[in-house]
Amino acid sequence: MIEWFTFAQVGVAIIAGLLAIALGLGKRKPDDITLGATALVGVLLVIQLVVAIVSPAFGNSATGNLLEFYTYLVTAVLIPPFAIVWGLVDRTRWATVVLGVACLAVAVMVYRMYQIWFVQVA
Amino acid sequence: MTTTPSTRSTGFGRVLIVVYGLLALAATGRSFYQIASEYDAAPFAYTLSALAAVVYIVATIALVKKGDVWYRVAWFTIGFELLGVLVIGTLSIFDPELFTSKTVWSFYGRGYAFVPLVLPIVGMVWLYLRRPRA
Repeated sequence: MIEWFTFAQVGVAIIAGLLAIALGLGKRKPDDITLGATALVGVLLVIQLVVAIVSPAFGNSATGNLLEFYTYLVTAVLIPPFAIVWGLVDRTRWATVVLGVACLAVAVMVYRMYQIWFVQVA
Repeated sequence: MTTTPSTRSTGFGRVLIVVYGLLALAATGRSFYQIASEYDAAPFAYTLSALAAVVYIVATIALVKKGDVWYRVAWFTIGFELLGVLVIGTLSIFDPELFTSKTVWSFYGRGYAFVPLVLPIVGMVWLYLRRPRA
């Protein structure tokens, strides 16, 4: 796990999430902006997955439990695609809110992954 | 405008369903990890985690499905969640020994930004507003 990349990823997910919730409550249907932002969050997660698999080979290993880390990561990777499919099928403003909620959930999960990798609290 | 009669799974209800789905996912993920890696450490807390996960999954399905039976299932599961978060939340404060490991409901769901405490209340309000017409 790369620290700056992880923080950038959390930042992107929070911005994408708040933007989509605001636009959704503003009665916007899912469009290129909100679907694109969610797709970006999803792509960053796939990159994070590759980084997590490769980095132990470069002496960058998790301080915490790897099984817990990957439970979060694999679950998180699944969320944006589901949200995007939802946004394409359900053409209402609430689907835009759904995209936002999904992005915020990813932000929380990536932060938890950061804690497991770098800081062992318990 | 939609011509279909209003049900639990339209409008804001869709967001509620997704949040329930995400919580179900979070609870399932956590309980999978806990039971797979260290079940012996705290069997009671981990069994509770798994039970909570199942209840969230059923609640999610009940919100999506139509009909009176599912409406009652939704009330039952959401009520169970509220009871769970209140009882376990209180127990975890007064008897921390019992809950050395976390569950979704410990400390009123603090580990999940209090979503487990707020969600059942929002869910009940929603169910009341969308109750089947007699």
